[in-house]
Amino acid sequence: MAIGLPKSGSGAIDVPENTIITRLDATIDKLLDQVGGNQIINAARKYSLWPMPFATACCGIELMAVGASRFDIARFGAEVMRFSPRQCDLLIVAGRVSMKMLPVLQRIWLQMPEPKWSISMGACASTGGVFDTYAVVQGVDRFIPIDVYIPGCPPRPEQILRALLDLQTKIQKGSSLGSKGLPEVFDAERALPEKQIVPAGIPFASERGDEDRFGYRLPGGSALLGKNEAK
Amino acid sequence: MSQAVTDPHATTFKTLATVLGDGVFSTSQYLDNLRLHVPASRLIELLTVLKNQCGFSFLAELGGTDYLGYPGHTRHRFEVHYVLLNIDTTERLIVKAGVDDPNPTLPSAYPLWRGADWMEREVYDMYGIVFEGHPDLRRILMPEEFTAFPLRKDYPLRGRGERHNFQKLSREQS
Ligand code: SF4
Repeated sequence: MAIGLPKSGSGAIDVPENTIITRLDATIDKLLDQVGGNQIINAARKYSLWPMPFATACCGIELMAVGASRFDIARFGAEVMRFSPRQCDLLIVAGRVSMKMLPVLQRIWLQMPEPKWSISMGACASTGGVFDTYAVVQGVDRFIPIDVYIPGCPPRPEQILRALLDLQTKIQKGSSLGSKGLPEVFDAERALPEKQIVPAGIPFASERGDEDRFGYRLPGGSALLGKNEAK
Repeated sequence: MSQAVTDPHATTFKTLATVLGDGVFSTSQYLDNLRLHVPASRLIELLTVLKNQCGFSFLAELGGTDYLGYPGHTRHRFEVHYVLLNIDTTERLIVKAGVDDPNPTLPSAYPLWRGADWMEREVYDMYGIVFEGHPDLRRILMPEEFTAFPLRKDYPLRGRGERHNFQKLSREQS
């Protein structure tokens, strides 16, 4: 790539040996050999993430603190919070999502242009948290793809910054397109076709079946969940 | 120094006795809340008198309760309560009407107080109590396609799988 000094041809510049500028030129050449053009694009992307703050509950307050001067997310290049998904490439789900709100969340995710990434912030967004009821989505990863999860209720601002750094690492490694996510998420996805032919109001056991991963032991085992409740 | 305690509801009861006569409602008291229990068939009659002749111009609250399995409860399974406020005298009264399964139905208070509109929709949404004469009885909190009434005591906390057909977006689709 012709980013360094021209070596030959009409544009060639005669530079003395072993000066700072020749050494710098050699470094740039070496760098470009080692890393591909993609890596440079990835580096550009990871340091200029524009978050879409989907703040539905108390976690949103913590997210605001991260944006303010004390924790200052601007140090990592992600301070440009946009309230239009069309201008964003990082969705931060901060707070619980009710099942009525879920189609809105999905729509916002679809409205964001590629490449895009997502963070599920806090216990509620990641697992439903203490709101283990019919009205709250038990983890947004059941319905949209998630790249990084943050535990905590609410997470400390440092954890959010840590998540951002992790995401930057992920982006540098080649974005999240085609990334596979957690195996449990795949299990839930596999049950999808089955789920869609069951009529409303009929319990669907595997809908919540992967909750064993949080250490719950449901009476009768997860496969029987909902059976008694629907009698 | 003791003050003579006057019954704040004296005038109201006098009016009710003259207009409606006896036997329309029974009363109960909790602290300073006076409740009038009225059968569903005479609910609107009572509310109309309270509004037009006793000055209760403001419906402060309308809500429902499901007493299924409530210890010591012998009346109807569902109760809908109307908290009325007389703005001039600050007198408050609570009217309670009971209904039972199946098809719990009450007349709507919308013609008397417009404010009953959304509150009755909420009671319908959560308990499935139908208000006859309501102009637009739709769900207000739960999604339209929801099939159950979640504040009923026999509804399981975690639901019955109503979310079953929500679409899941995968990486490839989005
Ligand atoms: S995880 Fe905690 S702080 Fe965050 S939305 Fe849930 S309850 Fe609120």
